[in-house]
Amino acid sequence: MSRDKRYAMVVDTRLCVACKACVLACKGENAVPDGFSRDWLVEEVRGWFPHLTAENRSERCNHCAKPPCVASCPTGASHVSDGGVVLVTHDKCTGCKACIASCPYDSRYPHPDGYVDKCTFCLHRVQDGKLPACVEVCPTFCLHFGDLNDPQSEVSRLLRERKFKVLHPETGCQPNVFFLT
Amino acid sequence: MNDAMLEIVHGRANAQIDPSLQVWGWEIPVYLFLGGLAAGVLILPALLELLSGKKPKSMALRLAPWLSAVLLSLGMGALFLDLSYKLHVYRFYLAFEATSPMSWGSWILLLVYPVALLLGLGGLTDDERQRLGAFAGKYRLASLVTWALGHADALRRPLLWAAVIVGAGLGIYTGILLGAMAARPQWNSAILGPLFLTSGLSTGAALLLLLRLDEHERHVVVRWDVGAILAELVLIAVLLVGFATGDRTSQHAFWHLTSGPWAAPFWSLVVVTGLGVPLALEAIEIRRRLPLAMLTPILVLIGGLSLRFVLMISGQASSFREFP
Repeated sequence: MSRDKRYAMVVDTRLCVACKACVLACKGENAVPDGFSRDWLVEEVRGWFPHLTAENRSERCNHCAKPPCVASCPTGASHVSDGGVVLVTHDKCTGCKACIASCPYDSRYPHPDGYVDKCTFCLHRVQDGKLPACVEVCPTFCLHFGDLNDPQSEVSRLLRERKFKVLHPETGCQPNVFFLT
Repeated sequence: MNDAMLEIVHGRANAQIDPSLQVWGWEIPVYLFLGGLAAGVLILPALLELLSGKKPKSMALRLAPWLSAVLLSLGMGALFLDLSYKLHVYRFYLAFEATSPMSWGSWILLLVYPVALLLGLGGLTDDERQRLGAFAGKYRLASLVTWALGHADALRRPLLWAAVIVGAGLGIYTGILLGAMAARPQWNSAILGPLFLTSGLSTGAALLLLLRLDEHERHVVVRWDVGAILAELVLIAVLLVGFATGDRTSQHAFWHLTSGPWAAPFWSLVVVTGLGVPLALEAIEIRRRLPLAMLTPILVLIGGLSLRFVLMISGQASSFREFP
């Protein structure tokens, strides 16, 4: 896999109905232990009845371009892999939890087996030419995955044509999960 | 009221992460306290000897470097208990990650031991050296002890400087460990480094005051403790000014500590019990030439431990999740 790919996810908040299919697909695909989730739904309601607006977001690790979890890892277990995907090498992880504390999105959790676990953008599937499990099952097609460095990719096109936001840009982490608004 | 907002999170209730972070329990604040204490106990006698040019008289100060190593080992024991993948602890020493304060810390911890060991050896009296030699002789280690004692004496001055530098590194890193995390507004201040070092010096002095010191030594250590407490008060004030004048996350951190949910332990345990009261007692004791009450150093130690606990708990509770 070439090093100059930049994987990203685009979530269309106008299509998401917060059905949690992405959460279940992830749990099945990645054998996420009971009681934990690598992705989740946020339902944001603003205003006062009857003048309400709602936004549904399927959230996960942002695979930041400047990941503080990787910077704070004392053993090199947290690292940037192919396409900018942030991964944890289980064998190197001591479970010190510095990465968990340094993640502004609280996307990591301590796996019952001891190491720290998180979303991998399903890199094992992506390297086989498939889509991440959450994207694959989304019934409203609100999740899009692809290479930002390829101007022809669906994610690049969506970010060119639609208004979008990222979560907490003020952290300076340069997240790579984008939300179409 | 157009800014009313409700955020509901579905499909996630990760243990230790939700609803707010609780990944670090009592082990980490206890370690940070003991690490600071070890730094203070290592630095103070070394500085005293560098400034006076004379070896300390009391046994407590002569063997303080060994006490420092014991305290640090207890702290590292707490740190080990915190690891959720304990079998992989050796991984800390198969890597050096320049951007990770924890990696710096784990290597600094290793530097403390040889410095503390040799410095303590060099502080032994002739009588103690003979007894140590005889003891080591039983295990055929007499030549090793002679060799170590020779180096401890020959390198006394460089070792004293090494103790000050490594001790300062240890004290500062315990604060930077938390301060470097932008994700936790309550910790995200570079002041935490010098603050934890100063608190380490103050608690280190307090612990030494609980031991049997020479009259002159006690006099000096009390004065240093007064200086450290004053410096700590200034640093806490600077920390709060930094929070109060920062962005909304910092302002929230300011509110958290000064009048919010953590205000009661912060003001009562850290500021009044741990700093204000001991400062007043020490000032009175110096002025009136009174013998030092045991209570004063105990209050300083309670304050140092409380500082770590308050910051550990409040820092984990602070998150960008509070600012959707």
